[in-house]
Amino acid sequence: MRWLAEVHVRLRPGIADPEGQTIAGGLRSLGFDGVADVRAGKLLRLVFEADDRAAAEAAVREMCARLLANPVMETADWELRAEETAVLGVSS
Amino acid sequence: MSRGPRVAVLVFPGTWSDRDFAHVATLVGWEARMVWHTDEDLGDADAVVLPGGFAHGDHLRTGAIARFSPVMRAVESFAAAGGPVLGSCNGFQILAEAGILPGVLLRNDHLEFRCDWQPLRVERASGPWLGGLTPGETIRLPISHGEGRYYADATVLDELEAAGRVVLRYADEDGGVTADANPNGSLRSIAGITNERGNVLGLMPHPERAAEAEVGGTDGLRILRGLDAWLVAQPAAAERRL
Repeated sequence: MRWLAEVHVRLRPGIADPEGQTIAGGLRSLGFDGVADVRAGKLLRLVFEADDRAAAEAAVREMCARLLANPVMETADWELRAEETAVLGVSS
Repeated sequence: MSRGPRVAVLVFPGTWSDRDFAHVATLVGWEARMVWHTDEDLGDADAVVLPGGFAHGDHLRTGAIARFSPVMRAVESFAAAGGPVLGSCNGFQILAEAGILPGVLLRNDHLEFRCDWQPLRVERASGPWLGGLTPGETIRLPISHGEGRYYADATVLDELEAAGRVVLRYADEDGGVTADANPNGSLRSIAGITNERGNVLGLMPHPERAAEAEVGGTDGLRILRGLDAWLVAQPAAAERRL
């Protein structure tokens, strides 16, 4: 079965994020005065094969733990769904 | 002693300071050997250098892909056995990703790539690389990085400080450790740390780029020359070189 996982990698709270601060400054300069905070992160879109949901969930968890996020500075969370038509590199 | 130190210089796709180290090796009497990242052993190396650059394009995170290269298993064993390891710039980032050194190197706080001469305060002068320096002195080395902001949580930072493992700090010309002298926002102005045993040094500056007066300074040469004196004092290492 083919699965699609959208993994969000975020800097841990409390770690300074100059990229997010710069984006926030850009938004404020456009007049969005209400912008209190922006945190930049990464979105990784994974398409992969796994037998069932449990196996897919376990695979994403392990991919995040081993490579996709560095726990010293980042956290990862994800949304997972069966993706019959997902093709690498093409948004569905 | 019949020969100079045999130094394995690791080369990942995207490494750029390997040739500089090979050049400087001729000045310090090293037998430098380039070791490709897919090699699984380090041969009879006396020391290992992880040079700067952008291994695997620094994609995902600096060092994130490189740390899984086959050669890194050999580096882990070599480091665990007490062998001298030097990681400069991207090499430091790879050692941190591999967990051989604690913490991570984040994007510079000003978001710019910074290439400049940088004064550094020597906090501790011992081990295979810094034994020729003097604690408290100010040295000058080039920095050249966009992601050099050292980060670790407060507990780890306190442990590093207590154990004397913060060996180099960004400073001003007079050795003052100030916010203005910090080129990237590193916590506690950390420019270089060692592992617990002291045989592994990671630093963001480039000692190999400060090895000839013609390029502006020779403090890097003093660091690289430290290896020879240190090896002579290690009976097992000295015996291997006879």
